[in-house]
Amino acid sequence: MIIDNGTVAVAEPLSEKSVIFAGDYLNKLSGERLEYDCKRRLEAGCKEIVVNFSQTEIVNSIGISILLGLIDTAASNGATVVFSDVNENTIELFDMLGVTKHVTIT
Amino acid sequence: MAEHDHKLIHAFGALADLGQEIANKNNFQETIRTSLHLISGALGIMRGAVARYSRFAHELNLLAVRGLGEDFPLSMSLTSEDERQFLTNGLVPIEVSQAKVLPFFQVYDASFERRRLEMFLPLVVRDEIVGAIFLGEKATGEPYTSYDKEVICAMGQHIGVAITQRNLMAEIERRVEENRLLFDEMRSTYHDTVKAFAAAIDCKDKYTEGHSVRVGKFSEIIASELGWGNEEIEGAAVAGYLHDVGKLTVERKIINAPYRINAKESAELNRHPAVGFEILQPIHHPYTDVPLAAKYHHERIDGRGYPDGLHDREIPFIAKIVNLADSFDAMTTDRPYRARRPAKEVVEDLRRNAGKQFAPELVTSFLGGMLKELQGEDRNKRFRRLLGRDYMEAEGIVEKLRYTLNEMEPTTPMTFVAAASIGERPVH
Repeated sequence: MIIDNGTVAVAEPLSEKSVIFAGDYLNKLSGERLEYDCKRRLEAGCKEIVVNFSQTEIVNSIGISILLGLIDTAASNGATVVFSDVNENTIELFDMLGVTKHVTIT
Repeated sequence: MAEHDHKLIHAFGALADLGQEIANKNNFQETIRTSLHLISGALGIMRGAVARYSRFAHELNLLAVRGLGEDFPLSMSLTSEDERQFLTNGLVPIEVSQAKVLPFFQVYDASFERRRLEMFLPLVVRDEIVGAIFLGEKATGEPYTSYDKEVICAMGQHIGVAITQRNLMAEIERRVEENRLLFDEMRSTYHDTVKAFAAAIDCKDKYTEGHSVRVGKFSEIIASELGWGNEEIEGAAVAGYLHDVGKLTVERKIINAPYRINAKESAELNRHPAVGFEILQPIHHPYTDVPLAAKYHHERIDGRGYPDGLHDREIPFIAKIVNLADSFDAMTTDRPYRARRPAKEVVEDLRRNAGKQFAPELVTSFLGGMLKELQGEDRNKRFRRLLGRDYMEAEGIVEKLRYTLNEMEPTTPMTFVAAASIGERPVH
């Protein structure tokens, strides 16, 4: 695993399916890094982005906006987004804001 | 926790973050981008944009965009009917589907439909449209509730204030720049006028053509060597340019007399400092002491000058500078009754008269500047341009300057080392 400043960690090299780890706090800084990484992978032809939230404690409003942007970008690139290992509080937040309607949660 | 409470806490957090973002006064563009993120994230909105309104062009120009695609218009015009309606509406969200009677929504309908924009918030601050927020569908797929609209309103107020602040800052910056240009223009006009006056003064005397301009430049050199700031240096130059303005009232035949003038003629000529003061005094100069320089530039440290026979500390400093510059130019230019004096002789004259006619610290500064140029430490060639290369590079002048400076200021390290390097014994 490549650890990058402790915020976002990329698990696999560029391929059809990519797993990206969100940091412990998904805010503007870590969110923009995640967004950049996802865009790079989508442009390289990735068809499934898995965002792993196993380390994520908090997601703030900017984090939500960035995730929605990521879902939108993935859809327009013909790719799907999967959220994995999301904790209960974050699931509740995603449900409340409708994020879960656009992604598969595993 | 009930979902409503959860939503409230989430939106409250976003609002607090937005307030902090705007108060932080970060880069404006970045603040608006973050604001759009916060409003989208607070309510789970898929896409949107924030625009600033130009009241001159009557256009909404997008500042931040999320997910609207490259074909979405970056600039949108408003008609006066749109403006009127938005002002009447105030800072309240408008549902796009309900507002299609307005020209704005008719013109851009296709773009709004394509990107599923549902909500439009005109940012009205103090009865003025400053911008707008465009919001797409909610991620839940549900329609906007009255609670959502209240959150949008609250966040829109913050964003509107941020845009207003930025507009005010831009206006202040524009006015400061305008004033600066105006000031530069006035300053340039003032300097041109001063130079024109100097040329007019010098025209009266065919033998001392360019004298006022040179005295201005020598005064500038002295002020610069004293370590003065740019403003003060300019002031010294102006004082030099105008020091002889009183000569405009002296008869040309007296000024140009190729013989030693008589007592009556001398009395008339000697009135020129007082007359100069009278001419310059009513003018509001950007620099202080210009009239005083004209009045007292013939005073001497030992009190034997004119018009008032002032002593050392009674003489304004600027007048001491102009006095040195004036005398130096008189010695280094040809006159009807004698040729210019050799540089070494002039240096010796300044040394001998330091403390009598001239302020010693000014003589050392001036000669120090000359030495620096001759030794290549100052590459501006100010003296060479005014006096000519051959004159400045006369044999033995560097040694003469070193020796003189060492005699006048034996404790100055530069002159001490310089004197030692040519084998002369510094005087303590």
